[in-house]
Amino acid sequence: MRQGKYPFVIGFLIAPLALYGMFVLRPIAAAVQVSMTNWSGLSPNFDFVGLENFQKLLDDDKVWLAAKHHVFLLVTLPVITIALALFFAFLLNMGGGTRGGMMTGVWGSKFYRVVFFLPQVLAVVIVGVIFGRVYAPDGSGVLNRFLELFGVDAVQFMAEYGLWSILGVLVWQAVGFYVVLFAAGMSSIPAEIYEAAVMDGASRVTIFFRVTIPLLMETVKVAWVYLGILAMDAFALVMVLSIDEGGPDGATTVLPVQIYKSGIRESDYGYASALGVALAVFTIIFAVLSLRGGKRNAVEH
Amino acid sequence: MSNHTDSSSALNRRSVLRRTAAVGLLATPAAGLLSACVGGGTDEPSTSATGDKTAENPLGVATETPVEVVIFDGGLGTKYATDVHVPSYEKKFPKSKVTFSSTQEVSTTLQPRFASNTPPDMVNNAGSKLMDQGKLVEAGQVADLSDLFAAPSLDIAGKTVADTLIPGTIEQGTFNGKPYVLNYAYTVFGLWYSGKLFKDNGWTAPTTWADFTALLEKMKAKGITPYSYAGANAAYYQYLVILTTAAKIGGPDVLKAIDNLEKGAWTNDAVKQAATLWAEVGAKYGNKAHLGLKHTEVQLQQNQYKVGFYPSGSWLENEQGKDTPAGFDYQVAAIPGATASDKLPATGLYAAAGEMYFVASKGKNVQGGKEYLRHMLSKAGAKGFTELTKSLTVVTGAAEGLTLSPGLTSANAALTAAGAANFSFRWDAWYKNLDDECRAATNKLMFQGGTADEFCTRMQAAADKTEKKFSR
Repeated sequence: MRQGKYPFVIGFLIAPLALYGMFVLRPIAAAVQVSMTNWSGLSPNFDFVGLENFQKLLDDDKVWLAAKHHVFLLVTLPVITIALALFFAFLLNMGGGTRGGMMTGVWGSKFYRVVFFLPQVLAVVIVGVIFGRVYAPDGSGVLNRFLELFGVDAVQFMAEYGLWSILGVLVWQAVGFYVVLFAAGMSSIPAEIYEAAVMDGASRVTIFFRVTIPLLMETVKVAWVYLGILAMDAFALVMVLSIDEGGPDGATTVLPVQIYKSGIRESDYGYASALGVALAVFTIIFAVLSLRGGKRNAVEH
Repeated sequence: MSNHTDSSSALNRRSVLRRTAAVGLLATPAAGLLSACVGGGTDEPSTSATGDKTAENPLGVATETPVEVVIFDGGLGTKYATDVHVPSYEKKFPKSKVTFSSTQEVSTTLQPRFASNTPPDMVNNAGSKLMDQGKLVEAGQVADLSDLFAAPSLDIAGKTVADTLIPGTIEQGTFNGKPYVLNYAYTVFGLWYSGKLFKDNGWTAPTTWADFTALLEKMKAKGITPYSYAGANAAYYQYLVILTTAAKIGGPDVLKAIDNLEKGAWTNDAVKQAATLWAEVGAKYGNKAHLGLKHTEVQLQQNQYKVGFYPSGSWLENEQGKDTPAGFDYQVAAIPGATASDKLPATGLYAAAGEMYFVASKGKNVQGGKEYLRHMLSKAGAKGFTELTKSLTVVTGAAEGLTLSPGLTSANAALTAAGAANFSFRWDAWYKNLDDECRAATNKLMFQGGTADEFCTRMQAAADKTEKKFSR
C-alpha cells in the first residue's frame, strides 16, 4: 500500500457521506426523536412523553384497519403484478414461437413494450385523476358507461370496492416496469438453453415454467421486495381517488394517510412521527424477511 | 386519544423519561438534538415593532415597518385583499409596505414558519389544509385581539370596532374567554335551490317536514335527484344540516352541549330524532352515486337542474359563478321545522361568522397585523369585500347601497326572517379529530344504510375520548 492512499479515498468519501448524514440519517433520527414527544408542529415547544405515542398507536382502531389493508396489498399486489408481468414479458420475448431454433416475441412486441411502459412515466397524481374518471360512480365514468351498454346498473367502485379499485390502479401502473425488468432478465438467459429445450420438444408452457421461471428467480425476488414496499405506501392514489381521504369510513385507509391526517390535519406531529417510525419498522422487517426467506440455492446458468 | 390532564400524568412522563434515560438509548443525546432539529427557533418571544399610540394610530403601529399578510387563495379569491385592504393600509401608512402573498395550502406553507417562530403577521387560516386553530391558540402562537376590538373604527365615527360588528362575531373567535380570531365573512347555511326550477314547476320552499318530504316526492317523480350532497369531500355540509335540525328540535343548547363535550350530548333525543329524519331523506331521496362525487361535481349537477336541494353556505353562488346558467336564480331556504313541538321556529338558521383571520403573536409586526384587520373591518373595506366576493361580512350595514346578487338577497332575507333564532357550533374547529369522525359517520348514515342510533353512539364515543380544551 502506497502512502497517502487513505487520505485520498477518505477525501472522496467525505462529501457524499456528509450529504447522506445530513439529508437521510439526520431526518430519520429526528423523526424517531419527535415520535417520543407531544410536538404539535405549531411552535418550537414540546414535552418528552416517552413511548406514550406508541401506546396510543396500539389502541387506535384506524391504525389496525390500515395495517389490515397493507397486509391485503402486500399479498395481492406482488402476486398479481408479477404474474402479469412474467406472462407479458414471456410473450414479448418468446411468445412468437421458434424461428430457426430461436425463440422470438409476438408480432409487434417492440410496440407493446412501449405501451406497457407508458403508465410508469405518468405521475401518480395524474394516474389518480385519470382513474377518478374511469371509476366515476355514475354514467360519466368510463367503466360505468361501458357497463351501461350491457344494461348493468352503475357500480359504486370507490364506495363498495375501494381497496380493489385502488389495487387495480397500482397493478396497472406497476406492471410495465416489471415487464421490462423481466424481459431484460429473460434476454440474458443463454439462447443455447432454449435451443436445447426446443430440440427436446418442450412446449412453450413447459419452457416458461421449467426453464424461464427458475432462471429468473432472483429477479422475481427483487421485484417482490419493490412491490412490497409499494404496498406499504399507496398514499397518493388513496388521497386522490378514495372517498373522504381513505374512506368511506376508513375502508381504504393506509398508514401514510393516517400519518398525514394526524400530522397535517390534526397537528399532532409527535403521534404522526410515531406512526412513521412504526411504518418504517414494518417495511424493514418485510424487506429482510422476503430477501432472506426466499434464500434457496439459485439455479445458475 | 388518551386522557391526561392531571399532574400525575406529568409524573408518569418524567418517570418514563428517566427509565428511557437509564436504558441510555436515545434520551441524553436526544435532548440536545431535539431543540436543534425540531423547531430551530428559540423560546423567547421575538421583539415586535411598535410605535406611539395616538388618536390617528390607536393601536400604536410602527409606521415604517412592513407588515406581512398571507391570504388563502380559494373560493373568495385574493382580489379583495390586493385591491381593497392592502391599498387601504398602505394609504394610511405610506412609509410602510404590505408584504402580500397567497397560498392554496395554508398548513404546508405556514406550519414550518410557526414551528421556527418566524410567522407572518396576519394569516387567513382557511381551506381544506387549514391549520388546527385550537392547537395554534394552545401553543401560544395567536395574538389576543382585545385591543383591536376596543379601538375606534377606521371610518365609522364614534364607534369602536366591536360596536360595528354583528352580535356573536367576537364570541365565534373566542377561545377560553379571550378573542383570538376574527371570523370575517358572515355565512348563512341552508338548503340551496334554483328559483327558476321552482317557479317553472310551481313549487315553493317548504317550512314543515311534511311539506318538505312531499316536495321531495314531487321532484323524484320528475326524475330529479331531490336532495344531495357530495360524500367524497363535503360530508360536513350534511352534518351541519343534521345538527341544525337537532337545534331546532331541542334548542341551541343541544349544540352548546356538543361543543362542551358533555356526556350524552350526541345521544340526546333531539340529535337522534334529527339523524333519523335525515337518514330517511338520504335513503329515499338521495343518490347513492353521490357518495363518490366531490362537491364541485354535485354543485354542477344542480346547475344542470339534476339536483333539487343542496345544503351549503352562502359562498355557493360565488363558487359556482362560472357554471351557473343564466336565469338559474340561486335561492336559499331555511331547513324546515322537524316536529310540531320544535323549540325554535322553522325560520331558524345556522348563521355564523366564518373565514378565520388571526394575528401571529410572534410576528415581527403584531400591531401592524391588527391594524390590517382594522382596515378589513372598516366600512369601505367590508363593502369592497362584499362587492368582490358576493359574501356578507360581519360589519353591520356594510352591504347597504350595494346591488346584491339573487342568492345574497335571498340569504339576507332568510337572515331577517330568522331574527334572533340563529345559532352555530364550534366543535368542528376546536377538535379536528371529531370533524373527521363525523364526516365518516354522516356518510354512513346518509348513503350506506346507517342508523341514527349508530350515528349517535359513535359520535358520543369519539367525543368521550377527546380531551376537553375549550368551552363556551
